[in-house]
Amino acid sequence: MSDVVEKTLTALPSLLSLDSQPGSAKLSSNSKLGNLIRGITELTSKHEEEKLIQRELLLIKEQVSSPNTTMRQMKELMVRAIYCEMLGYGVSFSYIHAIKLAQQGNVLEKRVGYLAVSLFLNESHELLLLLVNTVLKDLQSTNLIEVCMALTVVSQMFPKDMIPAILPLVEEKLNHPKEIIRRKAVLALYKFYLIAPNQVQHIHNKFRKALCDKDPGVMSASLHIYLQLIQENPEGYKDLAPSFVTILKQVVGGKLPMDFNYHSVPAPWLQIHLLRILSFLGKNDQSTSEIMYEILDESLRRAEMNHNITYAILYECVKCIYTIHPKSDLLEKAAKCIGNFVLSPKINLKYLGLKALTYVVQQDPKLALQHQMTIIECLDHPDLIIKRETLELLFRITNDQNVTVIVEKMLDFLRISEDDHTTIDLVGKCFHSVETCYNRISQTVFLNFSLRVRFDSVEEDKKLRLFAVNSYISLLQGDASKLPQRFLQVICWVLGEYSHLRDDLEPDVIVRLLAKLLDMKTSSSETKCWVLMAMTKLCPGGAALALVHNVSETYSSSLDTMLRQRAQELEILSQDSELQAKVLPRSASMEPVEVDSSLSFLDGFVSEALAAGAAPYKPPHQRQEELSRSKALNLEPYGLSLPISMSSCSITDRQSPTLLSISSGLSGDSTDFSHKGSSTVLKLDGVKRLWGRDGYLAQKEPTEEAPRIEAASPVRSADQLGNNNSQTPTPTPTPECDQEKQQLASSLFVGLASQSSICLMGKSDQPSQRFRRKTKASGSSEQITNPLVFPSDGSDNLLYKNLLDSPDLDGSPPEQTPGLDAPNGACDAEEESTDADMKEIKTPPIRDEHVTAEASPHHDPDGSKDPSLTSHLPAELSALSHSKTTTLFSKQNLDVSACHVQKEDSVVLVVFISNCSDSFLQQIRLQVDSEELEVSCVSDSPSEELKSHSVAVCQYFLTVKRPSVHFDLSATVSWQPPAGSPLTTQFSYRLPLTAFIRALRLSTEEYGAKWLAFSHDTKQNLTLIQGGRDPLAATLDVLKRKLQLHVVEVIGVEAIVACCLQQDQPCLMHCRMHAGMLSVWLRSPVPDLPDCLLYCCQRALQEL
Amino acid sequence: MIKFVLMVNQQGQTRLSKYYEPVELSKRAALEAVGVRCCLSRGKHQCSFVEYKDFKLVYRQYAALYVVVGVTDSENELSIYELIQNFVEVLDKYFSRVIMFNLDSVHIILDEMIQNGHIVETNKSRILAPLTAIDKMADGLIREETPKTEL
Repeated sequence: MSDVVEKTLTALPSLLSLDSQPGSAKLSSNSKLGNLIRGITELTSKHEEEKLIQRELLLIKEQVSSPNTTMRQMKELMVRAIYCEMLGYGVSFSYIHAIKLAQQGNVLEKRVGYLAVSLFLNESHELLLLLVNTVLKDLQSTNLIEVCMALTVVSQMFPKDMIPAILPLVEEKLNHPKEIIRRKAVLALYKFYLIAPNQVQHIHNKFRKALCDKDPGVMSASLHIYLQLIQENPEGYKDLAPSFVTILKQVVGGKLPMDFNYHSVPAPWLQIHLLRILSFLGKNDQSTSEIMYEILDESLRRAEMNHNITYAILYECVKCIYTIHPKSDLLEKAAKCIGNFVLSPKINLKYLGLKALTYVVQQDPKLALQHQMTIIECLDHPDLIIKRETLELLFRITNDQNVTVIVEKMLDFLRISEDDHTTIDLVGKCFHSVETCYNRISQTVFLNFSLRVRFDSVEEDKKLRLFAVNSYISLLQGDASKLPQRFLQVICWVLGEYSHLRDDLEPDVIVRLLAKLLDMKTSSSETKCWVLMAMTKLCPGGAALALVHNVSETYSSSLDTMLRQRAQELEILSQDSELQAKVLPRSASMEPVEVDSSLSFLDGFVSEALAAGAAPYKPPHQRQEELSRSKALNLEPYGLSLPISMSSCSITDRQSPTLLSISSGLSGDSTDFSHKGSSTVLKLDGVKRLWGRDGYLAQKEPTEEAPRIEAASPVRSADQLGNNNSQTPTPTPTPECDQEKQQLASSLFVGLASQSSICLMGKSDQPSQRFRRKTKASGSSEQITNPLVFPSDGSDNLLYKNLLDSPDLDGSPPEQTPGLDAPNGACDAEEESTDADMKEIKTPPIRDEHVTAEASPHHDPDGSKDPSLTSHLPAELSALSHSKTTTLFSKQNLDVSACHVQKEDSVVLVVFISNCSDSFLQQIRLQVDSEELEVSCVSDSPSEELKSHSVAVCQYFLTVKRPSVHFDLSATVSWQPPAGSPLTTQFSYRLPLTAFIRALRLSTEEYGAKWLAFSHDTKQNLTLIQGGRDPLAATLDVLKRKLQLHVVEVIGVEAIVACCLQQDQPCLMHCRMHAGMLSVWLRSPVPDLPDCLLYCCQRALQEL
Repeated sequence: MIKFVLMVNQQGQTRLSKYYEPVELSKRAALEAVGVRCCLSRGKHQCSFVEYKDFKLVYRQYAALYVVVGVTDSENELSIYELIQNFVEVLDKYFSRVIMFNLDSVHIILDEMIQNGHIVETNKSRILAPLTAIDKMADGLIREETPKTEL
């Protein structure tokens, strides 16, 4: 296949390049078009193009009407005219000549004449009548090519009223010996059916004949008619269902000639066509649906090549399965298929998966639950079309419990959407969602519209605003005391801005309504501010003015400064309407406010202040550095006591400002979090020094981890530090981001179903394995392949033969059949395993060799599981250094542990799933995700079934998406215990940055060149390792040992060090001993990497 | 259903357009300009399907050439995506020797594949059969031989 693509790719540019080859037969006829196209390509402005085309049109016009123009020249002129019209310049003068050309030209000229007619004219054009005679003549021609052309043009366009004139001729062609003529005749009849169904009513039996035609082309042409007929009246064609099923069976079974294959898939578009017909026939009809189950099952199984077109078929298949009368095992398989789609890394497949999911959740909302995390990820997808499709999906699962969240999401999208059509569509959907749900929510949601939605068309905008004003007024006229404050504030704003849109309403009325809000006891002072602001905008006259005056007087003595301010404004502006109009111009509120973020308007002020002797501004990192330097002095006595006691030292050291002032880049977006953290710290530690100013800690607390560790008891934190020493990640219960997603998930998918009764999704990786691949049937471990799983009947052989394109393989060797069942996960295997002998372990047909299910009972269940688990490490990893195995959770007899292995160029996460129970666990599925890491499967989710006291091992390649001090992986494991409903548990795993850091070996020269090229940097002073004779060497040694940094060169008190994050993301470090500290300067092309690495260095030095 | 097929170069200039629903001449240019801009602005790793007005655009890039197909929402985008590939493979098969932009021939090929917005033929040899027959006849005429009609 790739050959074809490549060839195509190389050939296409030449299609566009217009170099005509001398000696070619077509040279003369095309060079003029070539010149025209070339000329237009070279032009730069629309104006020039117009001039050139007008000139060209004049030329064409002159030539077409000249009596000396030959048909051959006419053909060439027509092509140019087609080109001009394509660019948008009308060529109506040449229409009549196109008809003439079709009439008088010989073969190719005639074809171009017909082509021009079909491009120029539409169905109702009167000139088309002039074509009827030509068509009649050509249909009767003895030249098959002419008959063919006539039929082609008829099937594209024909005047409705003239159908009877040619219908007998076309009907006659249905019996023509040539298939192409029969096929085109069928298509012509299809056209007649489309434009005048009554005219062809009497020949329906002829359609049946075409459906049974021995030529597949004629048959597939007739499907167009049947799709149309069945769509309109499914009841009338139920008897044909077995025929369509048989046809599909033959197509899928590879019975068509080879030239119908597309990339080795037999007639894919025909399959899609048939599946559509079947879904119409099977809808709401159990008995008809039952005829289809077998072939649908087979289609699902056979679409096994990893090619787009097979996925296109699968999509259609899934849609069909969910349209017809349901059959549970087919639904399961289809759902699994969707899983493969949505989890695919290929974005086009993901899109189609979402589309399929959108379709199926309308039948079974529970399906959305299975994919909730994927859906949430898609909601944040950078590609808008994916986002949009996800919203479409959410819209289908809206209920009154999740409507608020979903509409919120839609509104978020509206803010970034620029397309009018999308906006209108989405707003419509928002309204629809809201209308069907509770009124209270509708208000909250509605106010958001008026604030956020900006229509491009003024008309829509005005309508919406007016609608908002009206509904708010009616709200205020009722009992407003129960409305939420925030909502009241918005009402005030909207009324202030837009109530003038209602011409029939005096501002006084609204002012009175608003004044009511002020008198309400429940109104907060913030709301009152909004009320006053709205009044200011309304500028009432007459009686209301007195009211306004009263109000402003009351509040100008308020204790609330803001309120006082607003009251003052109201007082002044209500008396001076000119000033009011100037300060608060109408309809300016929606204009974007320009913000000068560089604060350049302060330049004058700054230079004045500097001149007056003020200290110049220092950027944060500079301040920090100075700060930590001065603080470092305070620390010296404690620094000396470092090596004495591990636990006490690490605790004291925790509080060192050096640690806490680490880096600027990290603290940026986690202010909120560190606030919480800092308060905990203050409470727990009883810190005596340096922490007098809480604000300081809040700003400088950079890590997310520190507060958690500090919250623990001293002994515990010492333990943890011990762990960290050996670079073992500590399991975290629920990292922040994960929690957020979980929360979102629960709010989005609430009310769909408590818990899906089946866990359908099989594999989490892309279904990319080629079907030809053989399973390691006779694996090294005790795997017994269940012979029941692979029925090897004749049809399979056929398929096998066909898909392999190897005619010499007549029999089907039994050891190869397993491969056939592979495509959509182990559908069969899973299904039958329930009936199969429970003592057998069975590997799913296509599994990566890495997945091993071994029977290994735990001999010491209460002892450390580590040694026994480590023995499960795959052979190629066991030699490499790996972290300590951590138990992530242990529940319901299922233990999940993990460790990571540092390979030369990558990191592999190994997850051990052990079944500690005495019974089987089934349908085990593991999914691992991370925000900062790219997770790709080495081996996908574990075997479908886990024998008692055995361990399944899964591996994932991890690559860094963006650097971070720690990387949190969140994983979901679901399984089915022998009795009871399926269980799902979430857990997380944390890796330190150091796991991804590798030494970067380069020379001093290379270092120098790189140093200058890198843009992201950070500087910091670190504590030196004291005690030895050469503190610099000792410190470097620690860094080298713990972080695998490469020391490039040491010159006196300075050293240069290099490392990289996964091969291609270098980070360089410059160290200098200075005043008892180690000043380090890190540079990297990767943002955040210097900061993160600095943090690691700091940790490494402090955890000694 | 397919609404239109466009072939556009990287500068956004239309090389071929075929509409399966009546669209006014004046509106075509705008539709093409905006729709094509949608496709051209997208990255390699983005989805090959774009939402545009009330329909979807499916596009595929071949070196400097873009093929853009407008479809209704009910259409299977991926099958259209592969239809484009099939179309290009047919063009490749036909134009392998005479390297030229034959607007008329490309149209004739397209007419064989898509009619009234539906895919009517995807078998490469059958798509090309009428066109090669015409070519043979035209050659025959030039050599002033008796025309043979064979399909």
